[in-house]
Formats: sequence, structure tokens, C-alpha cells
Amino acid sequence: MKRPDFSQVADFIVGDAQADRMVPPTGITARLTLLSAAAMAFLAVFALALSVATGRMADRWGEELARSSTLRISAPADQIDAQTQAALRVLEQTPGVASARALSDEEQRALLEPWFGPDLPVETLPIPQLIEVIETADGYDAQGLRLRLSAEVPGAVLDDHTRWRRPLVSAASRLRLLGWVSIGLIFGAMAAMITLAANAALAANAQVIAVLRLVGARDSYIAKAFVRRYTLRTLTGAAIGVVTGIGAILLLPSAQTTGGFLTGLGFRGAGWLLPLVIPLLAALVAFLATHLAAARTLRELP
Amino acid sequence: MIELENVAMSYGGGELLSDISLQLAPGSFHFLTGPSGAGKTTFLKLCYAALMPTAGHVRLFDTDVRAMDRDDIALARRRIGVVHQDVQFLDHLPVADNVALPLTVSGRDTLDESVNLRELLSWVGLKARADALPPELSGGERQRAALARAVIMSPDVILADEPTGNIDWEMSQRLLQLLVELNRMGKTIMIATHDLNLIRAAKGQVQARVLRIAGRRLQLAGADL
Ligand SMILES: Nc1ncnc2c1ncn2[C@@H]1O[C@H](COP(=O)(O)OP(=O)(O)OP(=O)(O)O)[C@@H](O)[C@H]1O
Ligand SMILES: [Mg+2]
Repeated sequence: MKRPDFSQVADFIVGDAQADRMVPPTGITARLTLLSAAAMAFLAVFALALSVATGRMADRWGEELARSSTLRISAPADQIDAQTQAALRVLEQTPGVASARALSDEEQRALLEPWFGPDLPVETLPIPQLIEVIETADGYDAQGLRLRLSAEVPGAVLDDHTRWRRPLVSAASRLRLLGWVSIGLIFGAMAAMITLAANAALAANAQVIAVLRLVGARDSYIAKAFVRRYTLRTLTGAAIGVVTGIGAILLLPSAQTTGGFLTGLGFRGAGWLLPLVIPLLAALVAFLATHLAAARTLRELP
Repeated sequence: MIELENVAMSYGGGELLSDISLQLAPGSFHFLTGPSGAGKTTFLKLCYAALMPTAGHVRLFDTDVRAMDRDDIALARRRIGVVHQDVQFLDHLPVADNVALPLTVSGRDTLDESVNLRELLSWVGLKARADALPPELSGGERQRAALARAVIMSPDVILADEPTGNIDWEMSQRLLQLLVELNRMGKTIMIATHDLNLIRAAKGQVQARVLRIAGRRLQLAGADL
């Protein structure tokens, strides 16, 4: 593979002042290109923030989902041990259950502590026994398990978290997908917009191009004047848009994120660097779009 | 330099030019005449690869134009100076920059050539108009600027399509003088023109051959012009 030649990139950005003068300046197209690139980049920042945030949410919920469900056994004090044993036996035989474990008194006390304080005499209270059930990847048949339990362990209630979390996780994943699709559409629209602007500029400068060609300019020389302009213009516009977009996200009122359904719209840590890719990608899109448009125009000329 | 072998050309209808063969030898001086619409401009366009022949072979500097890619054609054009019949310029740049355009696009340092450029502009009588924009020029001034642009690269071949169409006799003589001098320096010259007086004037100074397009063919015109 060819190593990228950075001196060429530098040359491209610095440009050839002479070559640049060959194409007359275009006031209104230039400003419109800059403006649209900025607007697209601004939108792209939000789409990216949405994707990242919903991705984070889906991952977290997905993880918790995989972890556990709870079996609660409420029975008169003298039967509770027997029922617990029976329930554990049932669970052991249930396909899809990786492990099941009755919580110890200490653990139950720890769970209740936030509500009742540390001195709660758990042993003397008729609180239900909790059994933590860990599923395998395939999961178990909750309906079947309930039926069996109702026959063998009358005091057992299966608390299946997955039932309400699963649709939320899939909604979050769908939202993330939507975010990425939006980013794709934004870049597609940006490519179309730049192609239109470049085509307009090429058409408006048909005479310039024909003259340059007749006096012996190579296609690459002519194309470069246009490609460079549109690439740098898009890069500048997109940079402005991204900075504005990040600013807007920073100004969002921060949401309560710990343990809630909502995770704040935004980036975390190194994730803040992610939007910086947008201007580069936009410049690349502009480069390719203008390059193709110029090549198409030049091919028609003798 | 430029060689045509059994060339035919048509714009889609009937053939405009048929079975044309010609070799432009280095240092030769040709006039090209013929009635309006006979195909003089078309002929010259074949010579700088702005048109591809519909039959036969055109060779520029010993390479068939059909075997040349677009960059090859661009490079060949740097060795062929052309004065176009409908001269076009970059209208947003001053005359001096337009004349220097072939140097600029071929990456030559225009500063090195600035003395050359000034001399050339005064030769064609445009010194005072160097900073004017092309749309501000008169028809004759445009043609003189076009000639200056055609010769600034010191090309091997100069093709001029009606270079004296819009200028008075005195200026025509001066342009002819410039071309004759370039020819004495070894350049190959071809001038398409209606102006028989110009041809006669040239004949006193150089050994010029006169070609005529008639009936789709290229003929060597008699010496009795
Ligand atoms: N691009 C074109 N498409 C179709 N027909 C063309 C084209 N260019 C020229 N022609 C036709 O070809 C014929 C020759 O044109 P050309 O310009 O070569 O004539 P010319 O000898 O230079 O004439 P003039 O002395 O008036 O400049 C004309 O009849 C013209 O209408
Ligand atoms: Mg003509």
C-alpha cells in the first residue's frame, strides 16, 4: 500500500496562489456552501450524540437484563425454609437457568437498609426470602416456570425484570440505528449539495475552463482549482458547525443520569473527540464530490 | 512536426474535408485560404487536437493523436501556439496575466519571463493596455493579445486563424513582421486568412507556401497570387 504523502496534503491546503486566481471568486455560492456545510455538521453532531447516548443506554440495560430475575417466597415462618429448598430444586431442573441462590440474611438486610435503617431485625420479621436467578444466554421459559412453581411452591412469585426491560433495550437499539442512519443521510445530502454547488461553479466557469485547456493546462491543474476551493470551504463550514453543535450540547441542562432511564444527551470522556471527525469526513466527501464533478465536466472538453 | 495522412473530417453530416495529407516541416511557412465555410478553422483544430479526424491519421510531434491521452494533448499544446478565430480570455484577469497564461498553467515562473512579457506586449502595441481587462479591449487589441499569448511559450509551431481579421493594414504588417521573424528563428508557421494582400506582402519576405481548401480537398495554390 502507498504511504500517504503528507507533504502533498500540505501543498493542497497551502495551494498554488497562481492557480487559485485562474478561477474567478464566487461570492454567493461560496457563502451558501459554507453555510450548508455548517448546518449539516451541526445536525451531524446531534445525530452522533444521540447514537452514542442511546448506544450507552442499550448496552447498560442489556447487561443488567442478562444478569438476573428474582424469585420471592412469602410463606408462614415455619414453611419458608422448606419452600425455599423446593424452589431451588425446581430452579436447578429448569433449562435456561444458569444458577440460583437464596440470599443470606445479611444480603437481605443490606437491600432493605436504605429504607429501614441498619438495625432492622430481619430474622424476626415476616419478610419474604429472595432467590436470585441467573439466566443462561438463551433464557428460560418464564411461563412454564411459573406454572411449575404454582404447583410445587405455592408461596413463590417470579419477578421477571426482562419483561419490561427488553422492549426498552430494543427501542434504545433502534434509536441508535436511527442516529447512524441520520448521520449517513446528512453526509449524503452534504455530498449532493456540494456536487450541485461545484457543478454550478463549473458551468459558470465554462469559458475559463475551455481557455485553460486550450493554452495547455492539464486536467489536474484545472480540477485542483475547484476541488481545493470546495474542500477547504466545506472543511471550514463543517468546523464552524461542529463547534456550534458541541457548544449547544454543553449548554443542555444536565439530566439525572445515574440509574435513570435517561442518560444525558452528550459525550463522555474521549467521546468528545468523536465529533471532530465530522469536519474531516465532510472535507473528504467534498473532495470526492468536486473531483468527480470536475472530471465529468473536463471529459466533455477537447 | 504536424502530419496529416489521408485525413477526413465530418461534423456528422457529409464530409467537410476529405483525403487530406500534409506534412508541416520544421521552419516552414504556410498560408491557408479558401472560401468562408470551407473548413479552414476545422483544419487548424485538427492540427491542435481540438477535433479528432473521422478517418486517417493526425500526428503531433510523431505521435498519433488517437494514441495520446488528455495530458499528452495538453503537453503538445504547449508546443503549438494558437491564435483562435474567436479569441477567448479569462475575463477577470488583466491582459498581461492573460498573455502569460500559458506560462502559468505550465508551471513556469512568470517572474523570470517578465522582461520577455513586457517586450512582447510592446511589440504587439499593448503596453499601455497591459492592466486592462479583456472585455475592455477593441477587436484588434484582442487579436494582438491573442497573438502575444500564442507566442509567449516560444512554441515550435504557431497556428493563426484570421489573425488580421479586425486590424488595419499597418498593424497587420506588424503582426506579419513578428511572425516572419519567428519563422526566421526556426518556428513553423501556418496562417489561415482571406487577406490576399497579406499573403503577397509575406511573399516578399519569406518563402511561403499557399494552401487552398476547395471542394473538400487541400490544394497547393499557384504562385500567381
Ligand atoms: N462544431 C460544429 N458542428 C457542426 N458544424 C460545424 C461545426 N463547426 C463548423 N461547422 C461547419 O463546418 C463548416 C466549416 O467551418 P469552419 O469554421 O472550418 O470554416 P472556415 O473555413 O474557418 O470559415 P471562415 O472563413 O468563415 O472562418 C461550416 O459550414 C460550419 O458551419
Ligand atoms: Mg474560420
